[in-house]
Amino acid sequence: MSTLVLMAHRDGHIIGSSARLISAALQLGGEVDVLVIGHQMAGCAREAAALAGVNKVLVADDARYAGDIAEPAAALLAEQAKPYTHVLASASCYGKDVLPRAAALLGVSQVSEIIEVIDEATFKRPVHAGSLIATVRVDAPKKVISVRSTAFEPVGEQPEAECIALDPYGETLGVQLEGEELNRSGRPELMGARVVVSGGRGVGSRENFALVEALADKLEAAVGASRAAVDAGYVPNDFQVGQTGKVVAPDLYIAVGISGAMQHLAGMQGAKVVVAINRDADAPIFANADYGLVGDLFELLPELTAKL
Amino acid sequence: MKIIVPVKRVIDHAVRVRPSADGRSVEAASATMAINPFCEIALEEAVRLKEQGIASEVVVVSIGEPAAQEQLKAALAVGADRALLITTEKALEPLAVAQVLAHVVAEEGAELALLGKQAIDSDDNQTGQMLAALLGWPQATFASKVVINEGRATVTREVDGGLRTLSMPLPAVITTDLRLNEPRYARLPDIMKARKKPIDQRELSALGLELSSQVELLAIEEPQPRQAGMMVESVDELLEQLKNIDKVIL
Ligand SMILES: Cc1cc2nc3c(=O)[nH]c(=O)nc-3n(C[C@@H](O)[C@H](O)[C@H](O)COP(=O)(O)OP(=O)(O)OC[C@H]3O[C@@H](n4cnc5c(N)ncnc54)[C@H](O)[C@@H]3O)c2cc1C
Ligand SMILES: Cc1cc2nc3c(=O)[nH]c(=O)nc-3n(C[C@H](O)[C@H](O)[C@H](O)COP(=O)(O)OP(=O)(O)OC[C@H]3O[C@@H](n4cnc5c(N)ncnc54)[C@H](O)[C@@H]3O)c2cc1C
Repeated sequence: MSTLVLMAHRDGHIIGSSARLISAALQLGGEVDVLVIGHQMAGCAREAAALAGVNKVLVADDARYAGDIAEPAAALLAEQAKPYTHVLASASCYGKDVLPRAAALLGVSQVSEIIEVIDEATFKRPVHAGSLIATVRVDAPKKVISVRSTAFEPVGEQPEAECIALDPYGETLGVQLEGEELNRSGRPELMGARVVVSGGRGVGSRENFALVEALADKLEAAVGASRAAVDAGYVPNDFQVGQTGKVVAPDLYIAVGISGAMQHLAGMQGAKVVVAINRDADAPIFANADYGLVGDLFELLPELTAKL
Repeated sequence: MKIIVPVKRVIDHAVRVRPSADGRSVEAASATMAINPFCEIALEEAVRLKEQGIASEVVVVSIGEPAAQEQLKAALAVGADRALLITTEKALEPLAVAQVLAHVVAEEGAELALLGKQAIDSDDNQTGQMLAALLGWPQATFASKVVINEGRATVTREVDGGLRTLSMPLPAVITTDLRLNEPRYARLPDIMKARKKPIDQRELSALGLELSSQVELLAIEEPQPRQAGMMVESVDELLEQLKNIDKVIL
């Protein structure tokens, strides 16, 4: 048994949840190799090689992979996956884009967003916005699995394992990167953050969101939002926490002016401590919080920020 | 240009789902059913492309139980031209769905497949990417903007940390994110007219495909509920708890 892990990266660094992904891979029991695909990847490869438990790192470094284009990456992944019994990636946007394409090229099914490894072929995963947990068994010659990294504890560090350069492989099929608009707030990334402060429709406007951001900055937290807040344009789309947005699992999650719809809860159930601030004492969010504070966020947020 | 829009019949997002008595499936007997919201967004985009004169025909296809007729009728009322229902009693895994869709796309000679990024019941987020691989087409997943011009699609994608825009030659597969558009409601006259539009119903077995079946569902259960929390009266009390009891802030 052996596992190949596709590692996502951004701005020249592997993503924050990578140490958790490796821990899921190690639970399968076999040797764990990493595949890094991109352009100018030397730094990423070394970061991956330093994650405890990694046996070796395969690096495909070529301009064709710039912009995380899925077509050549999936072709390369499917090719490299041949000797392995398991292929893993995080359920990040990159993993979600590339992994199913590679699975289909290999002619095997994929199990998405596992939260628990029962044995090398049996996994738990949430369905229906996390309202239910399914246990599934895969009977495929090669098991292709995406991992909800937040459900696993991170591994530590090790002296760097060997990095091996691969020949570039795979066609872009005419896909071109036309541009990107990446948010660079300087705050921690949502999915790896230790503390997340999320605002909902109750925050009321883009300007008022400054109150949420001020609290987040005091706590060195990432900023999240409900779908209603994103739809209303208070924050960018990728701030959305929930079933169809990001899944977070911080030590502390503070939900402000969020009612607690099932689709939102789906994204934050893994948080260790949940605080809800809402003026409606009957809001469903309180039934899913460790601490509830009933009141007007416009008074409570500034007070909380000031007292930190 | 012909567009294929696969639509999935799912339990409505507002229904509180429960496991069945035997713990092997989801209790769906009396649940309200709906078109998967992401498929609605895909359909809306396809209909807009037709209204702009870019698409010539929009064909919706669903794979599932005969009752999916209901969702296909709704899709026809919103502006799809034709519907195809491939009936099966079995819950197909995403690779199998993609295999069936690849067959349909080839048969129809479509140049664009517009799918939802995920179905809100099994939350797999796989089918579009797999379809693209099987067809050997480029893919643009999680689209928040689509422009079709001179045989190329330019698609803005929602990615971790922001947006990324790709362009690609057609034929291609595009999967929709939440904010690509706001799906319209069907108007009554269109609902009446849609009754005359054809739904071609076929048995899955009649297609003669050999479908992947590698994933078995062993159990479905409710998650562990979060331990009951407490209400605090003030910011000071909250901070006291977070600092000294849970030690999650300094
Ligand atoms: C309770 C339960 C039991 C299940 N049991 C099994 C099982 O035993 N084995 C197993 O392999 N799978 C099982 N599944 C999963 C399976 O039925 C999925 O629905 C199927 O694999 C497709 O996944 P998805 O809809 O999440 O795909 P996604 O990839 O999330 O869907 C994306 C898009 O694909 C298109 N699409 C998907 N399905 C269809 C369809 N049927 N018709 C038309 N378009 C479609 C739509 O455009 C949709 O927006 C089960 C699911 C549940 C909830
Ligand atoms: C297919 C689908 C996918 C979805 N995916 C997601 C998802 O990924 N993530 C997500 O979040 N949602 C998602 N949703 C939407 C979800 O169902 C809810 O509509 C949404 O989460 C509601 O956001 P909210 O809590 O901010 O707004 P509301 O439900 O309107 O709640 C606002 C809250 O603010 C409180 N409030 C107002 N003013 C104040 C004040 N001054 N002080 C204190 N409290 C105040 C109110 O009491 C209320 O509880 C999805 C829905 C669908 C159909």
